[in-house]
Amino acid sequence: MDITRRRLLVLLPAAAVAWKYVLAGTPEASPNYKLTEHWWGMLIDIPKCIGCGSCVRACAEENDVPEGYYRTWIERYHVADWRIERPEVESPDGGKQGFPPHADDGGKNFFVPKLCNHCAESPCTQVCPVGATFVTPDGVVLVDKSYCLGCRYCVQACPYGCRFINPKTNTAEKCSLCYHRITKGLTTACCEVCPTGARQLADLKNPKDPIHEFLRTHTVQVLKPHMATGAKVFYNGMDGSVR
Amino acid sequence: MFKDIEHLIRLAVVIAVALVAFVILRAAVVPRSFGQYGHYRGAAIGEIASRPVAFAGHDACETCHTDVLDQKKLGKHVVVACEACHGALAKHADDPGSVQPKKLDTALVCARCHEANSAKPKGFPQVATADHSGGLACDTCHQPHRPKIETAKSETEGKK
Repeated sequence: MDITRRRLLVLLPAAAVAWKYVLAGTPEASPNYKLTEHWWGMLIDIPKCIGCGSCVRACAEENDVPEGYYRTWIERYHVADWRIERPEVESPDGGKQGFPPHADDGGKNFFVPKLCNHCAESPCTQVCPVGATFVTPDGVVLVDKSYCLGCRYCVQACPYGCRFINPKTNTAEKCSLCYHRITKGLTTACCEVCPTGARQLADLKNPKDPIHEFLRTHTVQVLKPHMATGAKVFYNGMDGSVR
Repeated sequence: MFKDIEHLIRLAVVIAVALVAFVILRAAVVPRSFGQYGHYRGAAIGEIASRPVAFAGHDACETCHTDVLDQKKLGKHVVVACEACHGALAKHADDPGSVQPKKLDTALVCARCHEANSAKPKGFPQVATADHSGGLACDTCHQPHRPKIETAKSETEGKK
């Protein structure tokens, strides 16, 4: 095809329109999902957790988490009768394969699943020098892989130890609250497979979400409340020894 | 008064050119969606949201496997999602013909939850598998979707 002056004048606006879409990036995956209508969090019911490790395995599979790294993990607390301020905490392979019986089965024993708390005032996003990590308008802390430098500021800033550097990509990685699932109307992979309902995804902006009733009728706490991070992972029945 | 103004004009031109170059470069380098919602690339939200899922979710399973759902409804395992035991099966849900789930070894799968451990909640059914079955597969006696072994009488009564 010869490019005549007339053809070029026709093609130029079309190319300009196409280029606009190239620059704008991938379009939103779920067109019916509205960012402003949600405020995501999670409820963890400690007395229901059986430490089976289903959540840890499901998370690794759903999100391609490298071996030896965890976006969510389970800790087993052992509090001896006479030392509540010094609990013994273990998490073999993040609890992926369950837990062997504890050598000393006296005292108090329980499981605590951990994950990113999706803080409303998250320390990790505040320290990012390039804007590679951010709180979305629907309250999820995400990492933009293509923008992350791998400087590790955020890994150090997270008071909950929820971040790591992916050894393959050398970028920061963390729980995304299965953002690719919740925007499609599914629950997170960990909540999907939790056999006892110890983990429940919660939409704090949805007045019909059972979380509101639960928060009203139970004594619920977040981790490290004194740090004022605005954590949105709520723990029910949490022992005072949990850090 | 402005006798030697030439060098000032030259300087102003250099600054103006540098400024224009900076503005053009910045517009070319900064992604279009940066600052759309805050100090980050707004398009990243859509990119992360568009990743494929691995777990189909139990609603997808239940549209076809209604017989299993009916069995589960009669027992306590009704609250356990299919993929909790069977693993991630979004590929099977997309193409049930070619992707088939693996057969499970109940001696391993059941023990993940039901092996006795002092840290598990007291009300949760637990067994020491070595004593309870001696390594025998659990589905020798139990039906995994409806695990309680019921006598003929209670079976006719159905779920209370």
